[in-house]
Amino acid sequence: MNLTLRIWRQSGPDQPGGLTAYQVTGISEEMSFLEMLDTLNEELILRGDQPVAFDHDCREGICGACGMVINGQAHGPERTTTCQLHMRHFSDGDTIDVEPWRSAAFPVVKDLVVDRSAFDRIIGSGGYITAPTGSAPDAHAVPVPKEAADLAFEHAECIGCGACVAACPNGSAMLFTAAKVVHLNVLPQGAPERRGRVRSMVAAMDAEGFGGCTNTGECATACPKGIGLNAIGTLNREFLRGGRR
Amino acid sequence: MALTTHPPRAPLWRSTVGKKAAMAVSGLVLLAYLVAHMLGNLKIFFGAGELNGYAAWLRTIGRPFLGHEWFLWMARTVLLAAVLVHGTAAYQLSRRDLAARPTGYRHTRARASYATRTMRWGGVILGLFIVWHILDLTTLTVNSRAEQGHPYQNVVASFHTWYSGWIYCLAMLALGLHIRHGFWSAAQTLGLNSQHGNPRRDRVLKLAANALALLLTAGFLSVPIAVMTGAVK
Amino acid sequence: MTHHPQDEYVNDERAQDEYAPTAFAQYQEGDPIADTKAPAGPIEGRWDQRRFEARLVNPANRRGRTVIVVGTGLAGGAAGATLAEQGYRVVQFCFQDSPRRAHSIAAQGGINAAKNYRNDGDSIRRLFYDTVKGGDFRARESNVHRLAQVSVEIIDQCVAQGVPFAREYGGLLDTRSFGGVQVSRTFYARGQTGQQLLLGAYQALSRQIAAGNVEMHARTEMLDLLVVDGRARGIVARDLVTGQVRTHLADAVVLATGGYGNVFHLSTNAKNSNATAIWRAHRRGALFANPCFTQIHPTCIPRSGDHQAKLTLMSESLRNDGRIWVPRRPGDTRPPAQISAAERDYYLERMYPSFGNLVPRDIASRAAKVVCDEGRGVGPGGQGVYLDFADAIERLGREAVAARYGNLFEMYQRITAEDPYQVPMRIYPAIHYTMGGLWVDYDLQTTVPGLFAIGEANFSDHGANRLGASALMQGLADGYFVLPATLADYLARTPGAPVAADHPQIAELEAEVADRLNLLLAVDGDRTPESFHRELGELLWNECGMARSEAGLRRALERIPQLRAEFWRRIKVPGVGEEFNQTLEKANRLVDYFELAELMCLDALHRTESCGGHFRVESQTADGEAARDDEAFAYVAAWEFAGPGRPPVLHREQLAFEHVHPTQRSYA
Repeated sequence: MNLTLRIWRQSGPDQPGGLTAYQVTGISEEMSFLEMLDTLNEELILRGDQPVAFDHDCREGICGACGMVINGQAHGPERTTTCQLHMRHFSDGDTIDVEPWRSAAFPVVKDLVVDRSAFDRIIGSGGYITAPTGSAPDAHAVPVPKEAADLAFEHAECIGCGACVAACPNGSAMLFTAAKVVHLNVLPQGAPERRGRVRSMVAAMDAEGFGGCTNTGECATACPKGIGLNAIGTLNREFLRGGRR
Repeated sequence: MALTTHPPRAPLWRSTVGKKAAMAVSGLVLLAYLVAHMLGNLKIFFGAGELNGYAAWLRTIGRPFLGHEWFLWMARTVLLAAVLVHGTAAYQLSRRDLAARPTGYRHTRARASYATRTMRWGGVILGLFIVWHILDLTTLTVNSRAEQGHPYQNVVASFHTWYSGWIYCLAMLALGLHIRHGFWSAAQTLGLNSQHGNPRRDRVLKLAANALALLLTAGFLSVPIAVMTGAVK
Repeated sequence: MTHHPQDEYVNDERAQDEYAPTAFAQYQEGDPIADTKAPAGPIEGRWDQRRFEARLVNPANRRGRTVIVVGTGLAGGAAGATLAEQGYRVVQFCFQDSPRRAHSIAAQGGINAAKNYRNDGDSIRRLFYDTVKGGDFRARESNVHRLAQVSVEIIDQCVAQGVPFAREYGGLLDTRSFGGVQVSRTFYARGQTGQQLLLGAYQALSRQIAAGNVEMHARTEMLDLLVVDGRARGIVARDLVTGQVRTHLADAVVLATGGYGNVFHLSTNAKNSNATAIWRAHRRGALFANPCFTQIHPTCIPRSGDHQAKLTLMSESLRNDGRIWVPRRPGDTRPPAQISAAERDYYLERMYPSFGNLVPRDIASRAAKVVCDEGRGVGPGGQGVYLDFADAIERLGREAVAARYGNLFEMYQRITAEDPYQVPMRIYPAIHYTMGGLWVDYDLQTTVPGLFAIGEANFSDHGANRLGASALMQGLADGYFVLPATLADYLARTPGAPVAADHPQIAELEAEVADRLNLLLAVDGDRTPESFHRELGELLWNECGMARSEAGLRRALERIPQLRAEFWRRIKVPGVGEEFNQTLEKANRLVDYFELAELMCLDALHRTESCGGHFRVESQTADGEAARDDEAFAYVAAWEFAGPGRPPVLHREQLAFEHVHPTQRSYA
């Protein structure tokens, strides 16, 4: 198929950016969205132009590196990561707008590449269980109810791609933060640091300049791992409890 | 080596989540008031005596422990505080939210539900309406044919002015939308709906939000409509 | 920066010398090499003994000792966090935008540990035995035994960190059996065990970063190793955002940069996983062991066309219920439903009646290649075989199949748009893991003092073939438990004198790195890095992939230098060095792939036996099985870089098997 792409080009963080139109031809339905961009980039390189910069790595939907807003939707029309979005979901002759994640906390590095290190700092502020190497008791010392383990897992599935922030009209990182809070706070191992964790992580999240949550639900709709809005409710409850005591 | 990376406790109000909780609590206070207010309004359908008597009683609540209108002023203080907290938090959060997305998407598309998207402007409309509403039916400043102590007649007089009736009706529609998203949102903000493994609770809350919004809007709207159609004279 | 005209550099003598085509199918014989760190005595006590003999660094002095860790996967993340906890100053690097994205995250199956929670006869000794045997007797016993011992602690550590392993209703950990072993010792977190383990290490690392104990450099790639007075003292790294090339100094350097499977272009590795760090270390004196030991995974989704960027692995568990077949007649392109049972060849069941579809990875992979080479492959390009669930669905019902494989079927359907409930899946083998890597001793130290290699970057534990669910175990064992103990010994024995920031070697090395990048930018030819990578990968896949022959390897050894010469004439890299330039990153990694590919082929050529993942067509039994030659090849081939254009030097580490006696495996 042949497509018109309008891609956000921006040479650096402080440079102005804009949409540039490109024609790509002979795109196979079997291609992933990123392979389609690879095809474009091969042409651009041979022309001596700068290829479109975008983050990507595992290309199987687990590393969380890739992510772009396609026709106004984070990761595009399917609920998956951009690397797992295939061109069969588009039609010949389509015009596709491709933009980077947009958030004050995710400054653009180049083209579609943004700096998501704010997420790392949120994790560093409390998104862990303090268990220095060698200090652990036997793995069976504390049984964990299957329900709690499953719930923790479902929230630990977050890949940190940032689609929640990109989709939220307020650029809020509540779903990301909440997923980690739920993962660690529902486990008995995470209980001792439970209250401090949520307080610190919310403080770090606010300090990074993310917006607040207005419960629009856009984040959960965009999340490629299906993390639900419930997580935010749990974060709120944990936060308010922690604040009271 | 003990290593603490947790910062000292900060006041709740300083964080976005704390501000949202303050908004939720103040919103619920206002909502409770609205329910009482709406029920009181319905007395208009029982005639001038009923409504005026009810209005007079409101001024005597708590007697003899409380003086004349003391309860009313206490309620007004609480309401004013709730409105201020709600509005200030909304203002501060909105500024923050707008700053968090300095560059918008070129490709825009319809996002969340209408009620969700109109919370901010709906809130502003409701704020302006409250001012108008007080000037119209409490201080009677803009209600030229009104007189103190006769709420029934004042209401009828007000809604006989065409624009006053329409302002009221539009505001009540905005109120309905505001409550529809606001009530569920408050529950989420206070973490009341997130019983994991119990998705029913969330559904019940959403249903309750819709029902509350519908009942309050219908109740409030019934008065101006009755006046404008001549059912209440 | 200005663009230099092409000729200026191509006529440059130094460039000619460095990058001239150097066809060699020869190597030089070097002295034997041996591990001197593993204590003698009973194998069960060696790790205890080594830890006891190892010197310690006074806690008060640790802050003054800097350790560079390159890579943040399971090995690197675990090592960085642990060293920082112990009080060392850690400076850590990853080329990804966050340490959480290292490719360990993509591991699906699970992690082995000799916990014997099932009371099914498992033990440290059995895990040790299985691993040595699984590695086809080409691994060092001391190291493998330690791995089995430490495996038990890993699970404890990860549970304490909050890794949400699968659990039973009673709240205890669930396990499953994996990779053809008879005990159930694999702990897992659905199909995302690697992700969960990595997040555990990442969170521990993040805690240390926030506390200021780890200085983290994300989006920064190591491009060379600084060796001063014979010891590793730092690295030269490029900030991938600004393009700035800078030296970072330390008392020791730890490489945790993963494997080199991407030399094949198409593999299950992440797109940016690369061999530059280990290859540069090799060029600076670290021996490279067993480069030809690469593992091929039989159940990957076949490529759909030339646009393919990478291959996606699907869990091996699919072979438990799926039946593998191809049409009997070559060139039969009818849809599978129209091919009757009589016209189908269930070749694994035919060739290996007792194991059938469950034969080990390498055997299943090779058989697929054989039938495809006969022209009986299915799907685009004939590079695929059917994995059919029709019988399983009929026998178990659709629901039972969905419960077992639903998520895998979904993944397959998302990628191929075919419904595996209706039509058979198509699968094909792909490069998955590399057992070879930098040679290390029992302390995980390379032949460059102060340079350590952990995880997939070293060669130590898997011999010629890795067992399923053992990669995660080894990465975490090295990072959490082994390296922190052995590194302390090195630091305690070496003086803490820092290298002066204006040491002449630093400027020299930085200039060398900058030159190489400038050279790439200057050629301004007419081919993209991707096109060269694809060509190199295809060549390697064909000649040094699932089956290797002398003729093929010689062809590859002739072709690679030609391709490399063409690369230096025709490569095109737009832009400049001092900016975010992904094309330059790719081209620079490719430079090292060419050299590594040559060494792989040479290693494969010299090892005329078949063993594990290395199959020489000349060395097979009457029924087509790999024939090992323990007389001639029970050694680790550790290669020394002898300078550009000069044949490498082979050092042999003879392997002794005192506890597990080599046997020939049979699956017929």
